[in-house]
Amino acid sequence: MTTVAATAHPAPAHHDDRSFIRKYVFSTDHKIIGIQFLFVSLFFLLVGGLLAMQMRWQLGFPGKPMPGGGVLPETMAPGGVILPEYYIQLVTMHGTFMVFFAIMPLLVGVYANFLIPLKIGTHDMAFPRINMWSFWSFFAAGLVMLASLFVPDGAARAGWTMYAPLSARHDLSGASFGQEMWSVSIILVGLSSILGSLNYITTIINNRAPGMTWFRLPLSVWSLFITAILGLLALPVLSGAAIMLLFDQIIGTHFFDPAAGGQALLWQHLFWFFGHPEVYILILPAMGMVSDIIANGSRKPIFGYHSMVFAIVAIAFLGWIVWGHHMFMSGMNPTLGSSFMVSTLVIAVPSAVKTFNWMGTMWRGNLRFTVPMLNAVAFVAMFVIGGLSGIFMAATPVDMFIHDTYFIVAHLHYVLFGGSLFALFAAIPYWYPKMFGRLMHEGWGKVHFWLTFIFYNLVFFPMHILGMAGHMRRIYDPTQYAFLQPYQPMNEFISISAFLLFATQIIFFVNFWWSLKRGKPSGLNPWQDNGLEWTLPSPAPHGNWERVPTVYRGPYEFSSPQVPEDYLPQTRRLPSDREPAAASAARH
Amino acid sequence: MHWWLPLKGSTFAGEVDGLFLAITIITGIAFVLVEVGLIWFVVKYRQRPGRKAFYTHGSTRAEVIWTAIPAVTMVALGLISNHYWVRIKGRNSVPPNAYPIAIHAKQFEWQVTYPGPDGKLGTSDDFTVRNQLHVPVGRPIVVRLTSEDVIHSFFVPVFRVKQDAVPGMDINAWFQATVPGTYELGCAELCGLGHYRMRAQVFVQSQEDYDAWTKQAAQEASS
Amino acid sequence: MGKLGAVAATGVAVLVLALGGWMRAPLPAAQGGGTISGKVKFTGAKPAMPKIDMSEEPKCKAKYTAAPPTDEAVVVNANGTLANVFVYVKSGLPASYKAPAPAGPVTLDQDGCRYHPHVFGILVGQNLAIKNSDGILHNIKAKGTKNRPFNISQPTTMTSERTFTAPEVMVPLECNVHGWMHAWLGVLPHPFFAVSGTDGSFTIKGLPPGTYTIEAWQEKYGAQTATVTVAGSETKTADFGFAAK
Repeated sequence: MTTVAATAHPAPAHHDDRSFIRKYVFSTDHKIIGIQFLFVSLFFLLVGGLLAMQMRWQLGFPGKPMPGGGVLPETMAPGGVILPEYYIQLVTMHGTFMVFFAIMPLLVGVYANFLIPLKIGTHDMAFPRINMWSFWSFFAAGLVMLASLFVPDGAARAGWTMYAPLSARHDLSGASFGQEMWSVSIILVGLSSILGSLNYITTIINNRAPGMTWFRLPLSVWSLFITAILGLLALPVLSGAAIMLLFDQIIGTHFFDPAAGGQALLWQHLFWFFGHPEVYILILPAMGMVSDIIANGSRKPIFGYHSMVFAIVAIAFLGWIVWGHHMFMSGMNPTLGSSFMVSTLVIAVPSAVKTFNWMGTMWRGNLRFTVPMLNAVAFVAMFVIGGLSGIFMAATPVDMFIHDTYFIVAHLHYVLFGGSLFALFAAIPYWYPKMFGRLMHEGWGKVHFWLTFIFYNLVFFPMHILGMAGHMRRIYDPTQYAFLQPYQPMNEFISISAFLLFATQIIFFVNFWWSLKRGKPSGLNPWQDNGLEWTLPSPAPHGNWERVPTVYRGPYEFSSPQVPEDYLPQTRRLPSDREPAAASAARH
Repeated sequence: MHWWLPLKGSTFAGEVDGLFLAITIITGIAFVLVEVGLIWFVVKYRQRPGRKAFYTHGSTRAEVIWTAIPAVTMVALGLISNHYWVRIKGRNSVPPNAYPIAIHAKQFEWQVTYPGPDGKLGTSDDFTVRNQLHVPVGRPIVVRLTSEDVIHSFFVPVFRVKQDAVPGMDINAWFQATVPGTYELGCAELCGLGHYRMRAQVFVQSQEDYDAWTKQAAQEASS
Repeated sequence: MGKLGAVAATGVAVLVLALGGWMRAPLPAAQGGGTISGKVKFTGAKPAMPKIDMSEEPKCKAKYTAAPPTDEAVVVNANGTLANVFVYVKSGLPASYKAPAPAGPVTLDQDGCRYHPHVFGILVGQNLAIKNSDGILHNIKAKGTKNRPFNISQPTTMTSERTFTAPEVMVPLECNVHGWMHAWLGVLPHPFFAVSGTDGSFTIKGLPPGTYTIEAWQEKYGAQTATVTVAGSETKTADFGFAAK
């Protein structure tokens, strides 16, 4: 399928006479939109981190006044001492900001937007204006969520999972307007995702350059494509559930309130039917980009490319039938516990396959340890821990003990931080040159990597031990339980490591900002990579190519015997290459 | 402070812990394989002048092996786990002679209703105590969980038992305590600002001590 | 001339002093005014109030060295009267009446895992200072219908302040960590209320002349009304009687 659809907008302009507003603010250029997502999402990543720091203060030093806590109002932290109702707002908003406003937009909003047209060889997305609305609805959603922290009675506080009826009934939660703002913001963020997915799917199916067959697509594009399908089908379920919740909150419906005939479990089924595909949305793009980076860093083709594609598809497909594993203890029929256990154990297999294939890629390679490669290898090492800990939860009798304990918190942070965030720490410097024309500082990038890696493990590995002790989640003061008091030194240790981990991120942010203007100019292809984007100037110009390139091979032809260099770009024509079928079609 | 799981306080604690250990061994093997492998590759295959990477697109045989082994392992694990799951949580898992106690979860307390001297719930000699769960050792107990307001979760770490208490639902959870002593019960589902303090004391007592306590508590409740 | 001047000066001085004295005198409503007082009697068998088991909160249990605490729903005094009955002017004040600004906050103390006082009144707009003397987690949930409900936690020794914007008899207050803790708050647009004490008596002072409907409210036995007319600075008696159910 190599049809090249004629796009509706004009050919790339030789002179770009758009106004500043059209160029950088209300832009329809996929690269600018990707960069907009990047700046805003990095800000929300910081917000999520700050919320976590406050939580860790309370957990490490329960009831003690927090340094700087004096700036918080009496309703949150009188005298700097965090109140229980503020603590559960922190828990809720940390999860919400990190999932919806940091990791998801960083992986999808940034890289689907930035990379897809570049890597498949087209000028822009199929629907550039819809793309612009995807960013602005995300931005509006973020503002609403941020504002909800400052309204009377405070923010939503039923956990990012927002279980009803606690979330639906203000008299039971103590929150009011803040809960409703959460619902509204989620509806907007769902809209952003759906609009984005429409673009990514359409563009990949229709607008690939001549010669860019499905099995010549880089794994980053495959993963973004499959992720987009997941998003298109899953986000509407969340939006629907959020609308129902909003109605319960403000217009007197009782979908989720058993006291008035509703069902508490209905929320859980709806939320997790979305929620499980969501976590694959949060990991697949990371896996895809890591594949690209590891192949490049190993100077070797990806090991088992077709298996990798099938594994992505298998993970996405199976991801629809495992949602009940979040609900083993919920009171649902135990037979469902058995069936969801089976599907959950099965979904471990494609992830294992991918892990072995990454290792296979590195095996007998010629490994270059640039900052992206370091972070990508760390991704594999950390994701595997997160994936293996998931097996404990999949086994329902064990889950009976570890559900809603810190074992789960350890697992989710190993896959989301050890996985997704390390992948972002690889992807951001990797494609930074194509975004900004400069390289991020390599030395400071390595310092950031090592410190992050060490502190991150010091924070999250001990949480497995806490979970095994029975330490529950979302509790404001563990010392209230005699059986948890002996673990308080561990909580303190985790908190101090977390503060150091957060402080280390300053290095990343400073490097990011400093390099915008002072980074080394990168040239076209600083990593000697094969993808189409590396044939363009850095930063890539509006409209990308004057003439769409032709593709002659897959993206992972490193150390090919056909050429003396250890890389062979997809668009380079060798005498032995044939023109692809649609090469004679009108080039534009 | 233990580095492993807490005291085994119920008949299925042994099974749960055994399964946990088995999974630790299986995942431990995979963990060592992957992490040691990665470290070895990172050292052995690092870039050196004059080296070239080995050009290959993969190996179908490798794919089959490393798909089949995890798949078989997961299936086996699933079958074993399901055996215990059905025994502990299955529809017909509650032993027929289990001693009934009703627990009504409410923000932020556990209202425990005992069947009283006649041993039957729902009769006039029932009495309710706040935040204290007394159970006789060595007998199956079935807890009938209800909730007044939001979702709570009944969790006794030493029994390894956990079950959400859902408003609008009546849910049974059974266990059999094996070690006399005093333990703790915590709420394991976020239920509001007092979630962290929704705890109860669990007293596992000999049948005589339990009977004596029942008599005394029933009297106090009616006074 | 000197003598006349002296007399005139003295007269002016007296006049000024009198004027000053008159102007400095408080308005008639605050001093003087009518008084309604009475007793709230209880007839019938004294209901047995269950003991409160505070074993789960050792810090509070330790504060009860003499006798364990009992439920306060019905408190019958030694002389056969009821304490904790909220008596207030339900109607009868002139439309032009404006309550004076409150002198300071009303304090509700959580001590020994009990609310002190158990039943009390507050002016609309007056500060309620909620004090946690126990140093352990209490939450105060106010379940008003005319006033905005709130639920705030106090994990340690601290004081929080809240005000109420609408008259409401009564706003239930409860702690959810200690399910036996209940209090009742009457929010009124005027200061004419009282709570019957350990001798069952109540006194409402400073009423402008008029005919009033007085209501006595008890948390278990409901409310009863009486009509009383006061004039000038007289004292009228209005007794109430509740019977055991």
